[in-house]
Amino acid sequence: MTATSVLAAEHLDRLFQALARREYTCVGPTVRDGAIVYDRIEGAADLPRGFTDTQAPGEYRLERRDDDACFAYVVGPHSWKKYLFPPERRLWRLRRSDGSIERVDADEPPPRYAFIGVRACEIAALLIQDRVFTGGPHSDTYYGRAREDAFVVAVSCTESAPTCFCSSMGTGPAVTGDCDLALTELVGEQHVFLVEAHSPAGRELVDELDLQPAATEQEHAARAAVGAAAQQERALDPEGLPELMGKSLESPRWDEIAERCLACANCTLVCPTCFCSDVEDISDLTGEHAERWRRWDSCFNPGFSYLHGGDVRRATAAKYRQWLTHKLGTWVEQFDTSGCVGCGRCITWCPVGIDITAEVPKLAKGEAS
Amino acid sequence: MSDKPKLAVWKFASCDGCQLSLLDCEDELLTVAGEVELAMFLEASSARVEGPYDLSLVEGSITTPHDAERIRAVREQSRALVTIGACATAGGIQALRNFQDVEEFTRAVYAHPEYIRTLARSTPIADHVKVDFELRGCPIDKGQLLEVLSAFLHRRKPRIPTFSVCVECKRRGIVCVTVARGEPCLGPVTHAGCGAICPAFDRGCYGCFGPAASTNTPSLADHWKKHLGVPDDELGRAFLSFNAWAPDFRAEGERHG
Ligand code: SF4
Ligand code: SF4
Ligand code: SF4
Repeated sequence: MTATSVLAAEHLDRLFQALARREYTCVGPTVRDGAIVYDRIEGAADLPRGFTDTQAPGEYRLERRDDDACFAYVVGPHSWKKYLFPPERRLWRLRRSDGSIERVDADEPPPRYAFIGVRACEIAALLIQDRVFTGGPHSDTYYGRAREDAFVVAVSCTESAPTCFCSSMGTGPAVTGDCDLALTELVGEQHVFLVEAHSPAGRELVDELDLQPAATEQEHAARAAVGAAAQQERALDPEGLPELMGKSLESPRWDEIAERCLACANCTLVCPTCFCSDVEDISDLTGEHAERWRRWDSCFNPGFSYLHGGDVRRATAAKYRQWLTHKLGTWVEQFDTSGCVGCGRCITWCPVGIDITAEVPKLAKGEAS
Repeated sequence: MSDKPKLAVWKFASCDGCQLSLLDCEDELLTVAGEVELAMFLEASSARVEGPYDLSLVEGSITTPHDAERIRAVREQSRALVTIGACATAGGIQALRNFQDVEEFTRAVYAHPEYIRTLARSTPIADHVKVDFELRGCPIDKGQLLEVLSAFLHRRKPRIPTFSVCVECKRRGIVCVTVARGEPCLGPVTHAGCGAICPAFDRGCYGCFGPAASTNTPSLADHWKKHLGVPDDELGRAFLSFNAWAPDFRAEGERHG
């Protein structure tokens, strides 16, 4: 059992100071442009204190709370993949001189990040991307290094959105490990964080903070709050999903979805597990310089399935089918895990509100009839 | 005589904004001038070098019988022809005339309408001659223009993605204005290229790069109507602007009359 200690909300900056002393670059939730996004944060003052969000298919609103809670919101449009697998990254630069070609840049090490406020479903997503990027024989060195160096401060959810379905996917809302520290925020008479260390680095940091042990009532209150967040409107039964996907390849439902799907790629770009990228080589006007860039791509993009002569998947129905059957079906074969952690981002950030938890049962029904 | 490739820039019915994007390439302009001979670029110099030209950049749409002839002559003198901007690629904002009675306009506006020689429709260059590449935007993006020039010079394919503005928007980490504020945004059906300028300034995309490779405008319009409360006439106008004559936008615009 990990011992639980208590950090008073007014002392939250001590955590940031301890991370700064260890030369971490803190990134975490902050309010920007009407949403809670992940960005550089310097201290507790940058957190979305007193804010929350309401979410529905195709809809997100930032709202004020009547307390000072710092983490009483759910996941937003960003995910941690933007730090480990950046949306755009230059892989190398070349220069031509005297008939020979030389590489002119050096590999820059990624920053040493401290991720603040990582949710349980996001930890599950990190573990999935770990397998994707570093699990095989050809590992992504940038990802591997950034991930290994990262200090993860997780937060158990005490609120869930109507778009969340982590309970059914078995990924949340309680943080049970795979992080350095796990916090649970309690607001009310006292505003405190219950702190659990889940790694040697986490324990060392907690020791330095010199905290009091949590009282039994506080631990009960935390369990109750996280338990309340586990009551969720949406669900997906992960049992049998790969079989369902395999059986649904010819389902007429794909055409129905394609009537609404914009093929705009938003779902894949917000998804914390989607990992596709495009590699582009560019040269400049003089032809003396060339660069190779890696950029986020999506199975919904034209050209994604380009083989000699054209795209293999042209119709939106084929693209959506590729996305869903990979995410929930063939992903399991490929990586031994589902590609969905139930975070609900693809539901909220779809500009027309297509809901994965509504589409899957329709496929199952289509199957039966 | 220079042995550099000869570049010509031609203007048809347009505002000059796209040509000016070339002049706007301040840092790169000297490099451009070093790599190509600016044989014909009236915005920069009145000197003209005779054709044929290796590359012609064509701005503007065809709106007069004279221009319909002139574009043929341009094509004949050009090894490669690239259109730049919404006018040349889709007919431009002036294609709004295509939905109206132009003769009636000329009668109402001009004292001597008999002097006006204009066509009933504003049409893209590709309706008249073969076009080798179409660069989108109103105006075009100068980075994309340089990419097309570089690609042409080095005989490679231009790296101009045809996916939606949403892809650029999400890569930049911009918060979606539709989802977070209920602001109508044409990004999901609009061709990328601008880097999602409008959402970055907290407003919806109005489609100045024209339709993306795949568009589901009926679904987007339906969502705007039912969930964002956009009235039908506004919906129609949203699609009928700079790229009104691009088939996908035109069809959707006409559905909302
Ligand atoms: S598929 Fe949707 S709900 Fe599942 S992890 Fe991805 S964004 Fe979250
Ligand atoms: S703001 Fe517009 S372009 Fe950006 S993701 Fe939303 S719909 Fe797409
Ligand atoms: S966001 Fe849309 S309207 Fe704005 S510049 Fe880009 S393509 Fe044009």
